[in-house]
Amino acid sequence: MSESQGSPTAAAERDTATADTAESDGSRAEAVETPLRVENLRKTFGGIVAVDDASFVVESGSLTGLIGPNGAGKSTTFNCITGAHKPDSGVVEFKGEAITGLRPDQIATRGLVRTFQIARSLEEMTVLENLMLAPKGQIGETLWRSVLPGARGQVIKQEEELRERVWETLEFFEIDHLAQQQAGTLSGGQRKLLEMARALMTDPDMLLLDEPLAGVNPTLERKLLARIHDLQAEGYTFLLVEHDMDVIMEHCERVIVMHQGSVLAEGDPSVIRHDERVIEAYLGEDV
Amino acid sequence: MTDGSGSEPQGGEQSPGAEPPGDGSVRAVFDDMFGRIERSDVLIVATAMVAVYTLFTIFVLLRLGITTGTPNAIASAWRELTFLFAAYAMLALALNLHWGYTGLFNIGVAGFMAVGVYTMALLSTPADAISGQGLGLPLPIGVIGGMIAAALVGLVAAVPALRVRADYFAIVTLGLSEIIRLTLNSRTLSEWTLERFGFATGGGSGIDLPDRPTDALFDTAVGEALIELFVVEIGGEEVTLVAASVLRRFTWAVVMLAITVGFYWLLRRIGFSPFGRVLKSIREDELVAQSLGKDTRIFKIKVFMLGCALMGLAGILWQGSQGFVSPDSFRPIVTFYVFVAVIIGGSGSNTGSVIGALFFVSLLFLAPRRVGGIVDARLDLLDAPGTFAGAVDPLITVFNAEPMLAYAIDNISALQFILLGVVLILIVQYRPDGVMGHRTETAAAADLDRPNRGESDE
Repeated sequence: MSESQGSPTAAAERDTATADTAESDGSRAEAVETPLRVENLRKTFGGIVAVDDASFVVESGSLTGLIGPNGAGKSTTFNCITGAHKPDSGVVEFKGEAITGLRPDQIATRGLVRTFQIARSLEEMTVLENLMLAPKGQIGETLWRSVLPGARGQVIKQEEELRERVWETLEFFEIDHLAQQQAGTLSGGQRKLLEMARALMTDPDMLLLDEPLAGVNPTLERKLLARIHDLQAEGYTFLLVEHDMDVIMEHCERVIVMHQGSVLAEGDPSVIRHDERVIEAYLGEDV
Repeated sequence: MTDGSGSEPQGGEQSPGAEPPGDGSVRAVFDDMFGRIERSDVLIVATAMVAVYTLFTIFVLLRLGITTGTPNAIASAWRELTFLFAAYAMLALALNLHWGYTGLFNIGVAGFMAVGVYTMALLSTPADAISGQGLGLPLPIGVIGGMIAAALVGLVAAVPALRVRADYFAIVTLGLSEIIRLTLNSRTLSEWTLERFGFATGGGSGIDLPDRPTDALFDTAVGEALIELFVVEIGGEEVTLVAASVLRRFTWAVVMLAITVGFYWLLRRIGFSPFGRVLKSIREDELVAQSLGKDTRIFKIKVFMLGCALMGLAGILWQGSQGFVSPDSFRPIVTFYVFVAVIIGGSGSNTGSVIGALFFVSLLFLAPRRVGGIVDARLDLLDAPGTFAGAVDPLITVFNAEPMLAYAIDNISALQFILLGVVLILIVQYRPDGVMGHRTETAAAADLDRPNRGESDE
């Protein structure tokens, strides 16, 4: 708690800087300054404490990095936030509302959408189907509407509207040439792009990206980071788990460092880079 | 238009001048023909059906030759084929919805059929039936009641079972199916009545069922005329080419085939819809579907109940149409057969399920017995030896294969299982996507091609 106390003011300045770009686009998530707030999160597996009293906030419109050595509890924290795990205690707040312990689909419906560390594409489905699946509020997801002749017309109409957005998104991520391919035939990097495109199709307020760059070649990595910055400029908020320190330091404006299940440090990359506890945690692991 | 775009890539593949022009055009015609068949599922099914019905006509001719009894035998063979094809096609389509689309490994198909049939029987069988007792309500109430009951049993199974992993779900459904069969077999329920209402399953001796609704047709002038149609005069004698009893049952088989078309229509519509898209995503990776905001529990329960209702209906149309049913008709082997049909056709494809059911019923289920019958009738074999040793002994001592052949023919229904196993292994090894190969059936209600690209098409 004490650590997160100092950061909002520091980040508020940066917030106003990014707000300029966001406002021109008619920004999203504008109402809440800190869309995501994690307080005293704790999760144990048997006798092992994976997340131990972690607390942090993510500011609106920011690109926040979550780093830490292996086993620091990053992925478990992610899973607790998105509902894949139920935390033992603690509170997760999204847009000012407690979402602790909700089901993954309830959390996603509220606008907090995640991607996975190992890209989970729906392999036997085409890239198009993958993207068409994602949007919220599809009337054709009701059984009777998809079957009854009278209602089917509306379903087709909505599908045609979604199709437009799907192709725009595919073009934005430059994977439109893969549209008709089965997702299982895509390369690792392409799957990462597909996952982000799919997450974006849900029209989220905030994206949680679990190692979006793992296994991605340098060209694709630049492309992906450029896309993330484009989206940030549109007003999306990002929380990004990443192993690569350099990427985090270069691209994120705020960094949260986890170590042994709790938040070790939080703040500006340039400060974090010289934080002795962080260096120690990383060196202690790497050497 | 389609011809032009279809043959275009072929032109690109063939290097010009590599083949004589005449040969090339013949090939192009063939490619085009088969290309078009591939494009049209109706043609595939129709072609396969013509082939199978021709095969069974040949079977009858081989066995009987051409006599006055041949038309009746052919009609009877076609009747059996149509009846079982429709039954298995409906069940395969319903199972494909569970397993092929949603990935719900339901190995309790027979149990849900039993619930449908017995509920229909208890509602619609007259109270003065010889075996079992029902309420004697009108048949449509019985049929709808049977479907609802099957769906509700599906719900009861689904709510706790869908929380567990896929393999445990399979065990739960298999267990449930056996519990249902054994319950229907129980003596306690066999003569159970409620106040003054008859309400008894008949236990192991089974329950009487209401008549087929189409049978009433044969009491009218239309039916009389239909029967008369097949009575002809040959050399001053009146000959009945197709017996009235065969016609009655054939009519019902045709009705079942029509309802199968209805099943296909319904499931195809579900497949090509946003609902079907969510089902596919659950099959592929449920956590992804959830992470995109889909409440997968609701989808799974809905689809499970719908599939169970369809299985109940298929059971009613099949086992419920023969005047009598006993729990023995719902052994797990029936479920296994339906799975074989879906695997042959390729899980996940509705057309594949229909084709799989056709091939299973004709080539694997009925053909071995027919072939056995032909060999038996034509070769005039010895009496079959009583044991396997008795069949093998002359084969290796005096090189006489006849006892072995007679033994094999005598045990053809057991050998069928070996055939089934071999076919399954071959399919899974060499055609894991089913006989029709890999099919991309895009789950969407609209065409998903890039819009506003009209000019680049031509």
